[in-house]
Amino acid sequence: MDGFIQFFEDYQLLIYLLVFTVILGFEVISKVPTVLHTPLMSGANAISGVVVIGGILLVRQAEAGDYFSLGLGLFGIIMGMVNATGGFAVTDRMLEMFKKKKKK
Amino acid sequence: MDIKFLTDIGFLLGSVGFVWGLKRLSSPDTARRGNTIASVGMGLAILSIIFAPLERGDNNYAWVVGGLAVGAIIGYFMAIKVKMTAMPQMVSIFNGLGGACAVLIGMVELRHFYTGASAMTGGQIAISLSALLIGGIAFTGSMLAWFKLEDWLRDNALILPKHSIFNLVLLAVILAMGIYIYIQNIDAGIGMAAIFMLLALLYGVSFVVPIGGADMPVVISLLNSFSGLSAASAGLIYGNNFMLVGGILVGASGTILTVLMCEAMNRSLLNVLIGGFGGGGAASSKGAAGGQVAKEVTLNDAAIQLYYSKSVMIVPGYGLAVAQAQKVCKEIDDLLESNGVDVKYAIHPVAGRMPGHMNVLLAEADVPYPKLLDLEDANAALKNTDMVVIVGANDVVNPAALDDPGSPIYGMPVLQVWEAKNVIVLKRSMNPGYAGIQNPLFFHERTRMLFGDAKATLSKLVSEIKSL
Repeated sequence: MDGFIQFFEDYQLLIYLLVFTVILGFEVISKVPTVLHTPLMSGANAISGVVVIGGILLVRQAEAGDYFSLGLGLFGIIMGMVNATGGFAVTDRMLEMFKKKKKK
Repeated sequence: MDIKFLTDIGFLLGSVGFVWGLKRLSSPDTARRGNTIASVGMGLAILSIIFAPLERGDNNYAWVVGGLAVGAIIGYFMAIKVKMTAMPQMVSIFNGLGGACAVLIGMVELRHFYTGASAMTGGQIAISLSALLIGGIAFTGSMLAWFKLEDWLRDNALILPKHSIFNLVLLAVILAMGIYIYIQNIDAGIGMAAIFMLLALLYGVSFVVPIGGADMPVVISLLNSFSGLSAASAGLIYGNNFMLVGGILVGASGTILTVLMCEAMNRSLLNVLIGGFGGGGAASSKGAAGGQVAKEVTLNDAAIQLYYSKSVMIVPGYGLAVAQAQKVCKEIDDLLESNGVDVKYAIHPVAGRMPGHMNVLLAEADVPYPKLLDLEDANAALKNTDMVVIVGANDVVNPAALDDPGSPIYGMPVLQVWEAKNVIVLKRSMNPGYAGIQNPLFFHERTRMLFGDAKATLSKLVSEIKSL
């Protein structure tokens, strides 16, 4: 229990951020029309590629000879980046189709 | 100017980009711009993390840039090449990758801690474990979902006897082990953490095993939410606000979609997770085929009926995606419209294998957005519809959902196609749909069957209509 109290004290600002972001997230996306379900999901999916930031941090913080961290970190960066780039690109492709037919 | 200040501003702008982008993504007119804004936000953040000054480490820029380049190229080509019908698979793969990345980060950081390379507070241990758990579930769960969607694995393969109990026990063991590792602190050792990770990976598989078929949209949005939460956990390990914001936003949007999908089926999330609907074992409904005969219609009759009706409602389902029949469908639509037939599409929220699946396919085929009716509008319009054409949909048009309390889908809102004057069902065979539930609609007096692959049948219909 002490650990948790300590943690709460140490990370109070982060916890505030967490709580408010949860509320913000639900408010921002509360009403989604069916037509946008897939693009919203794949767009959000791309955003979950933020984990790539962690991968970069991990690799940059590693020592040059620490091949365990470097190898896994590299793998992490690649996967996170595929998630982010692919997600945004495919969402754009989808939304372009939606737009195309609106002009008609 | 101070570099740290600049990169911090970069992260701040990036977070704003995410919130702003997501806001715009949830409205049709601004969605594309929203996606662009979010991607710019991501780009800013990546630049910031590359240049941000760090207290330790050798930077290893070759590894960083190499990984980014390889990932960007692979991701880009996957996005360009993928067929729209394969979008559910694509989303699953991406979900899984995000989760896997979080697992790697959690594992490496825990190893640093156990080998004495870095210190961790108890809170950070707990967060790392949650990154392993949530990321692990997102990873293996998504991979299994992908296999199921590709049809490499039958929906009811791998189910153990008493599977839901097995899942509960496994989850309990994982949580107990997590608490043990947390309490033991540095004494637990990397081995324990590795076993914890393996169990989490196993749980991911085991958790998706009983879910399949029509429940796929729920599980995909849920895994989407998990991939976000795992990214947020990884962010907490580093105390990185940006990752936290991004991850939580994804968690929220995934949760909203999950709830929407559950509502569309009138089932609780728990009920979906326990399974029993998608995985089979639920075929004991009273409407079972016994002795009833479905009536077939010839192509020629079907063509005439369609061509000379006033209004036609097309109900697409997963079969449309499998057969890639969306463009032929649009061709029929055009032919009928040219004869003054009013053609509309009825879209059930859980038709297909991911949220909004049918909308994407029809958009690809250039079907104008106002022609797509949602559940309520479609049901209102169906009473005055001459012809309904069901293309590869099954459970979403099953009358048992309304009148058979013994049916596993009883209570799920469905498209009441039998209210229309005539119904034509395009279907590969009389086998029950993915959910393994018999559909009394096929034996309804107003229903006629047209057997065959959806695309082939629709193409033949096109030539029949043209020759009228």
